[in-house]
Amino acid sequence: MSDGARRARAIRAMVVSHMRASYREPGGLFWTYGFPILLSLVLGLAFRSRAPEAPRVAVVGAEAPVVAEKITRGGEVVAKVEARDVAERALRTGKIDAMVITEGPAVEYRFDPTRPEARLAKALADHELQKASGADPKVATKDTIVTEVGARYIDFLWPGLLGLGLMSTGLWGIGFSLADMRAKKLLRRIVATPMRRSDFLASFLLVRVVLLLVEIPPLLIFGRLFFSISVRGSPLALVLTLLLGALLFASMGLLLASRSQNPQIVSGLINVVSFPMYLGSGVFFSASRFPPAVEPFLRVLPLTALNDALRGIVTDGAGLSEVHRPLLYLLAWNVVVFALAVRLFKFR
Amino acid sequence: MIANDVPAVHTRGLVKIYDDTVAVAGLDLTVARGECFGLLGPNGAGKTTTVEILEGLVDRSGGTVEIFGRTWEADERWLREQVGVSFQTTHLQEKLTVREILELFRAFFLEGKPVAQVLEEVRLVEKADARYETLSGGQKQRVAVACALVGRPALLFLDEPTTGLDPQSRRALWDVVHTFREAGGTVLLTTHYMDEAEKLCDRVAIVDHGKIIASGTPAELVAQIGAKEVVTVRLAPRDDTSDDATVETARGSLVEALEGALGVVSVRREPDALAMTVRELHDSLPALLAILAARGESILGLTTHRATLEDVFIELTGRQLRE
Ligand SMILES: Nc1ncnc2c1ncn2[C@@H]1O[C@H](COP(=O)(O)OP(=O)(O)OP(=O)(O)O)[C@@H](O)[C@H]1O
Ligand SMILES: [Mg+2]
Repeated sequence: MSDGARRARAIRAMVVSHMRASYREPGGLFWTYGFPILLSLVLGLAFRSRAPEAPRVAVVGAEAPVVAEKITRGGEVVAKVEARDVAERALRTGKIDAMVITEGPAVEYRFDPTRPEARLAKALADHELQKASGADPKVATKDTIVTEVGARYIDFLWPGLLGLGLMSTGLWGIGFSLADMRAKKLLRRIVATPMRRSDFLASFLLVRVVLLLVEIPPLLIFGRLFFSISVRGSPLALVLTLLLGALLFASMGLLLASRSQNPQIVSGLINVVSFPMYLGSGVFFSASRFPPAVEPFLRVLPLTALNDALRGIVTDGAGLSEVHRPLLYLLAWNVVVFALAVRLFKFR
Repeated sequence: MIANDVPAVHTRGLVKIYDDTVAVAGLDLTVARGECFGLLGPNGAGKTTTVEILEGLVDRSGGTVEIFGRTWEADERWLREQVGVSFQTTHLQEKLTVREILELFRAFFLEGKPVAQVLEEVRLVEKADARYETLSGGQKQRVAVACALVGRPALLFLDEPTTGLDPQSRRALWDVVHTFREAGGTVLLTTHYMDEAEKLCDRVAIVDHGKIIASGTPAELVAQIGAKEVVTVRLAPRDDTSDDATVETARGSLVEALEGALGVVSVRREPDALAMTVRELHDSLPALLAILAARGESILGLTTHRATLEDVFIELTGRQLRE
């Protein structure tokens, strides 16, 4: 048997063993499939698109019935005539969004400008009142209503969950299992065989690639069936992105588990590394929601690049050329992290 | 591949120092090819440390190590193919079955043994498809030995391979060692069972405080302490009312008197008995009984056996094994 063939045989045997072990771990299945599916169901339902409720205002004063009728005419605002004290109480407790007072020469709006709904209620009520009172619009406009697949929260969330999944399966699946192997001296037992150490590490990366083939299709099918999300961009770009992401986080798992004898410390490290990406890499909300001062730091995180690329491909229909920048960036991360991991990794 | 005249294991001046412990303190050892060599010694003597240095898994602080005339530094790749190891405690992949684990280890080696044959040898055929996590301690231990065998090594390191095994499994493991040696294999093992060392090993070395304090064939070692027989007597507790200190003094002087008797090599106090190693029973026994009678001791029981490695061990290390 040639040396190449026997090395290939050893690596294949390692990969098969890892796969068996990971699929016999019930927790593993949950984190791969259950978690993203559950999370997307919960968040997808919570943030599903629906018609917003019409703002509610109370109208008080002498002219109240007339004004209320005018405000209601367009169907955009719900207006009710109320006694002054009732209306004031309703405003205080948020039962109505604004109060319209019809006493004296000017119509008075009372509302809390720090509440977006209140400002909307005031603006809409005013607009309806002006229109019904015969004011001419200065500029001609028309409304086109958009409720398209691709603009929903779930469309934003879903690619981010794929990225998050790659991160946690890589860091935990590789990092924690290596830490555990080291603590149990299983690493040492493997070192006592002719298997090459570099082949041993490579087998872990290979496992992630193979698992990717098993993990991703069910998630894509789920997204399609439940949320009608389809990949609009280049499938090749998607495969490449997933591959780079999976390999990067697998190497990062190797790196985090490269030294410590104690699995607790490794799990601490994994938490420290993943937490900023969990929140800051635009999984649940866009990274641009952070103050501008923080954003450059979030741009550095590899999960941010991965999510950008995934979102570009899945939602915006990007091809390879459009996402080449985040992909090159991920590639650079891969090279650096893997080189460090191989250098620092201790087998004993 | 391996020259015939080189020893399987050859180490000189082996030293291992941990932060504040000298685990191995200048140890010389040569194991010939085809030999079964046993390392004996009390807990913490440095057996495991020595073996793991020889296995190329622990860095040494000093000395030289050659396995089949080669060093780990220069020829690790080649040596790994020749050496099978079984640790004192081994954890393998919990979720894999015994067969899967052996197939994995088999795949690491260029040449190997059929997994089915190894399962047979270590008597794990019935458990072949059980997950490792469901095995008993003794069964796990046998899987570890099987992993060492499956690469068809020329040299086998077994660190306490039979600790925790039931009598049948121990015997089965002895058979494994015999079969392995019949095929020309060399074995270096550690054990706390003296009967096992006597049965399995051509030569043994007794290690204490990181040094070899005696070595040779089991028979040579027994001859070395100059005694052939061990007499053990159980004495009735003294029913006088004297306090502990007085009893202690009386026992002390009794031991001294016995040590002076004809042909007695040593006297050892055991919890409620005295064990005397003697050269010849027919010389010493009457003298010993006379002394006991003269002191008014009443004998509850008396047994004799031929001196064994265990007596040598206790004699040399001053400690009862498995204490
Ligand atoms: N990694 C380590 N760090 C510090 N001290 C160690 C280490 N390993 C072993 N020692 C010390 O070295 C000495 C020899 O230990 P070793 O395990 O070689 O003994 P042993 O003869 O195998 O004992 P046992 O019969 O109990 O298995 C002990 O005092 C032990 O505490
Ligand atoms: Mg030991």
